Amino acid sequence: MLRLEDLQVTRGRTEVLRGISLSLEAGEIAALVGANGAGKTTTLMTLSGLLPIAGGSARLTLDGRELDIARTAPDRLVAAGLVHCPEGRQVFARLTVEENLRLGAYLNRDDRRIRQLLDEAYALFPVLGERRDLSAGGLSGGEQMMLAVGRALMAEPKLLLLDEPSLGLAPQITERIFDTLAELNRERGVAMLIVEQNAMLALEIAHKGFVMEAGSIVLSGAGRELLEDASVVEAYLGGAG
Amino acid sequence: MSGYLLQQIVNGLTLGSLYALVAIGFSLIYGVVRLVNFAHGDLMMIGAFLTLALVAGGEVAWAIVPLIVMAGGFVAGGAIERLAFKSIRGAPMITGFIVTLSASVAIQNLGLMILGDQPRNFLFPSVFRERLEIGPVSLGVIDLAIPAATLLLVAAVVAFVQRTRLGIAMRAVSENPLAARLMGISLDRAVLVAFGLGGALAAVAGLFWGGKFGQIDPLMGFVPGLKAFVATIIGGVGSVGGAALGGYILGFAEVAFVGFMPAEYAGYRDAFVFGLLILILLVRPQGLFGREEEQRA
Repeated sequence: MLRLEDLQVTRGRTEVLRGISLSLEAGEIAALVGANGAGKTTTLMTLSGLLPIAGGSARLTLDGRELDIARTAPDRLVAAGLVHCPEGRQVFARLTVEENLRLGAYLNRDDRRIRQLLDEAYALFPVLGERRDLSAGGLSGGEQMMLAVGRALMAEPKLLLLDEPSLGLAPQITERIFDTLAELNRERGVAMLIVEQNAMLALEIAHKGFVMEAGSIVLSGAGRELLEDASVVEAYLGGAG
Repeated sequence: MSGYLLQQIVNGLTLGSLYALVAIGFSLIYGVVRLVNFAHGDLMMIGAFLTLALVAGGEVAWAIVPLIVMAGGFVAGGAIERLAFKSIRGAPMITGFIVTLSASVAIQNLGLMILGDQPRNFLFPSVFRERLEIGPVSLGVIDLAIPAATLLLVAAVVAFVQRTRLGIAMRAVSENPLAARLMGISLDRAVLVAFGLGGALAAVAGLFWGGKFGQIDPLMGFVPGLKAFVATIIGGVGSVGGAALGGYILGFAEVAFVGFMPAEYAGYRDAFVFGLLILILLVRPQGLFGREEEQRA
């Protein structure tokens, strides 16, 4: 579904991604973990077509069609099913909850389908339904995260990129979000690439994991394996094990 | 109420309408690209001369002249964006500042080359030149047509921005362009529509300006454009309704200054308007109805 080969990205004169390779199959969850500044967010931004690719390749195969991310406009990637739920939630604070959700389905011109998707989002996160006419800026952090996930689902993602979904959230809310993500993966088969500083959390629901350091992938393996590998825990996950 | 006072109110309403129409464009454009477009006032001039050409040609029914002028303004506004501003998008603010000023000077001088520097008498359908006698005051039909049409246009733009898919997308771009792109919203499209809509409104303001004051020239757009920018600041940048309200406040303030101060001060009306700008920026920089602008990274 997603194949990165020796992907290089520079920002200014700095090489931020130094040739990373990874692959993700349909229906899989992959966790991308590592310290601050390792290049995790850059990886996601590049996959969304927001940063130019300096070398290597990033290919996306969806519904039998292969897209070269370097040559595809961001809106075409969204239309194809690659949806990015950005770091810090980035909800539109001055717009209402429902306007935010509708923007998630911006490229969809089928009003009946949008209505269905809205109903599904409200069923998944009932609190959003209760607040549909309030501006998103007034929601709590956890509610904004639900809105950000709900908004991403409005685009009917086949591959969902999530950047730090646990950032700034209380543990029980984070847990609720991760449960929901695991459920979406199981029931709808949405593939996910999750960037997390809280590596334990992400590796627990991930099929596979990649550990990044200074713009490179230094370790990869099945999610459980990485979690149980003492050296990983020691080196990258804060030694909590 | 004295006839003089009523006449001043009507003057304030018409002048305010003209400022409002231009101010909305400043606000729309600033909203999506954080650019103060100093060439925006010159679209008024383009609209005024387009009207003159259409009416002088005599082939076009007057009722559809404003529609053609607005379409022309949309195209002109969009063309300016594509030619002058698209390539500098994301550049530091000072670059935008210089480029929009240069575009303004270029448009004015192109106007001088093509049209000459002599003011022209504006031709306007005779219906608008008729006068209505209401008690002691005599009102031109144009004085009623300008505010009525302006209110209609403001309502239409507000409805567009609040209710339509593209309008909501423009508000999203205004608030968070990065997240808007992640929704699949095309920045190019949103920016083009902001410049086009602003251009359409400025062009129809040019038509009204000619109808109200009777003469037009290639440099006519610059100072009213700057004043409309002041109106945008007064109202608070970023909201269509605020910009329109700012236009009316400025229109009334300027008319009151000219109408109620001793006659020898009338020549200082422009100084008064820009003095007002300085005052607003000192006391309430976010404008009367604006929210405080968050710094964007």
